Amino acid sequence: MLDSAKSYDDTQKTKLAIDIGGTFTDFALEHRGQIFTAKVLTTPQAPEQAVLAGMASILATSGIEAQEVDLLIHGTTLATNAIIERKGARTALVTTEGFRDVLAMRNESRYDQYDLNIVLPEPLVPRHLRFTVPERLDHLGRVLRPLDEQAVRDLIPRLRQEEVESIAVGFLHAFVNSAHERRVAELLAEAMPDVPISLSSEVSPEMREWERFSTTAANAYVQPMMARYLRRLERGMREMGLHAPIFLMLSGGKLTTIETACRFPIRLVESGPAGGAIFSATIAREAGLERVLSFDMGGTTAKVCLIDDFKPQTSRSFEVARIGRLRKGSGLPLRIPVIEMVEIGAGGGSIASVDPLGRVAVGPESAGAAPGPASYGRGGIAPTVTDSNLLLGRYDAAAFAGGTIVLDAEAARRALDEHIGARLELSSGMAALAVVEIVDEAMANAGRVHAIEAGTALAGRTLIAFGGGGPVHATRIAEKMGMDRVLVPNGAGVGSAIGFLRAPVGYEVVRSLYQRLNALDLAAVNALLEDMAREASEAVAAGAFGAETVQTRIATMRYVGQGHEILVALPVRPLVAEDAAAIMRDYETAYARFYDRPVPGSEVEVLSYIVTVETEAPLPPPPDAAAKAYTAQAETSRVVRDSASGVESVWPIFNRFALEPGAMMRGPAIIAENETSTLLGPSWQAAVTAQGWLSLTRATSELT
Amino acid sequence: MEKAESQLAAIQRQVMWNRLIAVVEEQAQVMIRTAFSTTVREAGDLSAGVFDLQGRMMAQAVTGTPGHVNAMSESVGHFLAKFPADTMRPGDHFITNDPWLGTGHLHDFTVVTPAFHRGRMIGLLANTAHVIDVGGLGMGPDGRSVFEEGMYIPIVRCFSEGKANETFFDILRAGTRLPVELEGDVYSLCACNDAGARRLTQMLEEFDLDGLETLATFIFDSSRRATEAAIATIPPGIYASTICSDGYDEPITLAAEMHVGATEIAVDFSGTSGLSTRGINVPASYCRAYACFGIKVVVAPEIPNNWASLAPFRMMIPEGCILNAPRPYPVAVRHVTGQLLPDLMMGCLYQAVPDQVAAEGSSCLWNPPLRGGGGVSGRGGDKRRVLPDFEVITFNSGGTGARRGFDGLDATAFPSGVRTMPVEATENVAPVVIWRKELRPHSGGPGRTRGGLGQIMEIAGQDDLEFACNALFDRIANPPRGRDGGGAGAAGYVGLVSGKTLRTKGFQIIPDGERLLLLMPGGGGFGDPATRAAEAVAHDVRAGVVSAEDARDIYKVVLDAKGGVDPEHTAKARQQGETRI
Repeated sequence: MLDSAKSYDDTQKTKLAIDIGGTFTDFALEHRGQIFTAKVLTTPQAPEQAVLAGMASILATSGIEAQEVDLLIHGTTLATNAIIERKGARTALVTTEGFRDVLAMRNESRYDQYDLNIVLPEPLVPRHLRFTVPERLDHLGRVLRPLDEQAVRDLIPRLRQEEVESIAVGFLHAFVNSAHERRVAELLAEAMPDVPISLSSEVSPEMREWERFSTTAANAYVQPMMARYLRRLERGMREMGLHAPIFLMLSGGKLTTIETACRFPIRLVESGPAGGAIFSATIAREAGLERVLSFDMGGTTAKVCLIDDFKPQTSRSFEVARIGRLRKGSGLPLRIPVIEMVEIGAGGGSIASVDPLGRVAVGPESAGAAPGPASYGRGGIAPTVTDSNLLLGRYDAAAFAGGTIVLDAEAARRALDEHIGARLELSSGMAALAVVEIVDEAMANAGRVHAIEAGTALAGRTLIAFGGGGPVHATRIAEKMGMDRVLVPNGAGVGSAIGFLRAPVGYEVVRSLYQRLNALDLAAVNALLEDMAREASEAVAAGAFGAETVQTRIATMRYVGQGHEILVALPVRPLVAEDAAAIMRDYETAYARFYDRPVPGSEVEVLSYIVTVETEAPLPPPPDAAAKAYTAQAETSRVVRDSASGVESVWPIFNRFALEPGAMMRGPAIIAENETSTLLGPSWQAAVTAQGWLSLTRATSELT
Repeated sequence: MEKAESQLAAIQRQVMWNRLIAVVEEQAQVMIRTAFSTTVREAGDLSAGVFDLQGRMMAQAVTGTPGHVNAMSESVGHFLAKFPADTMRPGDHFITNDPWLGTGHLHDFTVVTPAFHRGRMIGLLANTAHVIDVGGLGMGPDGRSVFEEGMYIPIVRCFSEGKANETFFDILRAGTRLPVELEGDVYSLCACNDAGARRLTQMLEEFDLDGLETLATFIFDSSRRATEAAIATIPPGIYASTICSDGYDEPITLAAEMHVGATEIAVDFSGTSGLSTRGINVPASYCRAYACFGIKVVVAPEIPNNWASLAPFRMMIPEGCILNAPRPYPVAVRHVTGQLLPDLMMGCLYQAVPDQVAAEGSSCLWNPPLRGGGGVSGRGGDKRRVLPDFEVITFNSGGTGARRGFDGLDATAFPSGVRTMPVEATENVAPVVIWRKELRPHSGGPGRTRGGLGQIMEIAGQDDLEFACNALFDRIANPPRGRDGGGAGAAGYVGLVSGKTLRTKGFQIIPDGERLLLLMPGGGGFGDPATRAAEAVAHDVRAGVVSAEDARDIYKVVLDAKGGVDPEHTAKARQQGETRI
């Protein structure tokens, strides 16, 4: 079970990270600068079983006592799965009279304009459990209609009769004034003290009722189950002798306490991928790379994420449980802090086909682990990305996945010939090339769109590639995105769990306070910011162990009348009147960076504020002295078809485990290891860094 | 070797096609993010595309508005006719809102931008967006000619080699009630074409190409072939259908005779009513757009829109009918008529491929343009309180028609693909209070699959002060019909909450203390309601969207005391008697 042990840094803290994924639960234990990793199968019915068993096992293997662990970090997809499989609590929604169906009406649009037969996702709260009460605020939070408290009391027998297990409360404009929501919570809690209540003004205090109610309903929906699970897990760990505080990984890449996680479990949904992004950010920091694109390609999807100044890009909107081929708009919207990433249905198991226009299409359908790609010989007949890579000569059929699966090249060839080659009059090799080129293009497009949405460019960035498929596709995708440098770290198999070890303890608070920039009520803004800073600091204090914390303050701003906000950093101190000019300047600079030109003469409005408090991540140790460069020797060679030129030739194959720091290689070549292969395109060269990573660079001119 | 090279070239063309679609999607995203009008940024009422030098559309972003499909595709040709390619320079942007050269009414602005590569013009980017105000009467059906409907901008240069045409922007600002928003939107239109042009030249650089010609040929050949193959799956024949619209002051008949041939589909609109004196007339390009969408969504939904994939659908629209309005007939709310066209097309196709179409739906958006202030009833001067001047529009939808295999969608736009605006956002930009916006029970047409539910809205001015609504609603006298034994959806209704019925079209004042009530239609049902799964009926009753009486009388489902299906009595009820709808 012990995969590898590697010197990492010299921190004296012993930390254990556990990431529950759909198939595997990953463990990473850091002790006196060493990292131990392990994987066990996830136990979906009672996930804590795999966690506790794996924990006992990794502690035993590493010879560490549970009492010695200083900090435990945990991430899980349980909340996401509960939503996808609709296995959450029986949840009711109490909302403003006249707005019973906000969750069902969504934004009244179809996620696919040309499919007459689309089905929309069912709301988490069915109509008969959506209740309304008379009350109404206006957009400034003034009461247009007082809360009818008797109507709230009248709901109680109904809620009991329906055996409601969790309650969401969402009123119009409650993000400006939460008084009515809080009063409802008081009234209900009095009568039903055991039923948890989620308020939209606490879970997601932002404008746009559908997104806010959706987030609140989702929080309520997963809350009882997550709280039960976390308490069970905590008990089990304490029984094993663990004294360390337990922290949960948040979708936004920060850590929080069990108490906060139990109140706002919706903030945990994307913690696994967030760990992957933090893994990349850590690598970027150690390598001193300020501008990075993280690229994580697994069996069914690929994820790309921008990392600037060692921090993953973050966002406040996310969609969970998409039902329409991963299409935007086919899931439930969540407004929570998340690490911004694009996920597309392109992985090793993604199935290739020919569409009605005679074009090759890849994914999002995946052959998964069962039946798997055709070459697995487990009954799969559809050609996949893995089959195509095999046919291009990129894998050693006998040594795939460390030799655990012997790949059947003939089966791959049959699948590609039948489903692609015959229909497009392509040879087997060229059919494989078509599949790989199309999937590479899709991933490169995702990266480009991600960059435009973030108002940044890809040129000059380094691609950090991991996951089973990342290193195979990295150099070609980099070429398509105009990037010249790729880094392939090690430990990539449990990247998310390693990322957890590096995550800061932090918390983000968002509040809306709508004002024009040229008429800011400074007293109100400063009071709000102070209050937010206090809330965030308190949430962090429990896990910071007195470590230094950093606070950041951000205003979300836009031109009056515009729809999408731009984030502008504020000084961390009370604002004074003179600050307005600097804030305006920063806004215009940021706007022009996104959209070329500011709009003359338009006023600017401030919508909301984001205050974050987090511990400072420890600085990485300096790398070992530069290793002596040497030319590596290939172990073998193979015929490989280059996907850019279509040309077949003999490529040298290097064994990654035999390479020492300082090893140099020139493309075209393949650097093979147990879990994956790194492809070195013809115009690329590779060096092994002091840390053991592969650093790949593209020659800007022809190599001689 | 030569064979491998040609195979590689073929694969690369596919890659470039994908890239081109990514380029236009990116172009549309920039527009959505930078637009000022809620119509674009919240509702997504826009379109973006890339064109070859002959003005043929190569790719289009799949955004909210099929109405822009053919219309924008034709539009670029008009720009090239006035400003030939050899007169276009880098940094130029051209603009128009001419309904007959653009996309059918003055509120749609189209910007066309040339793209250059290696010192040569290689193609054009175009982008259309629906802005909120262009002066005139405001968005509504009351105009008696296009000149009353707002400012009219011929095709002109709005940026010349990167420099803003200040004369143009002066005129633009002066002609609208919302100068900041309109000017901001024009800047956004230009910015998004710039983004598209940049990406396009990067693509050509990467693939080391001088121009788009070979790629255009490949896209057009593949699309044409695929579309023809799709048409070949439809049984050939002549299929006729009609649909009735409420009209402005008299009902309107839209008639179509669809000729399905081996490789093309032609539609003859003879028999359609004549022109209206009011702004519900449809320019021909807009008729082609929605008719084409209605056919394509059934016949060839997976084939991307471009010049060649649209070419096999031919529309013959007699001059002087309401679907081919000449200048200067009023056309401001042409969508009220035009958005019925997909229902009409599916009425024809139902006869050929009955399982592939939907029942009729609410179809026309219910997008009440609201206005307040001194200008509403001229009371600004007499010291009584009025709202500040405002102009706002929200997009709302009734139910869609049931599909053979699935219920219709509740309160969802079809054929338009725009999104509604959050109530909280609307109330932040205009002094109105939306007191109610929820599903309308009992409005879905009964059927084996049920029509989607309509919705109810109640709207007031702040402090219940007066405001006005430019009504442009349809399917009040002519509710959406079901198919194959399915019943009609509930008809729409426009009135005051206090009980007075309002006209369905035209400018009307909602006086102090009154609130506007909109009941949007439900979609038609599909198939005999007495064959609907009994559990589904029980579920609808429990949700409060179908009454227990309708369950018993129309669906023939008997429920027990707890609301569950009583299988025995249900079976009995379903064996006896005819279904009454």
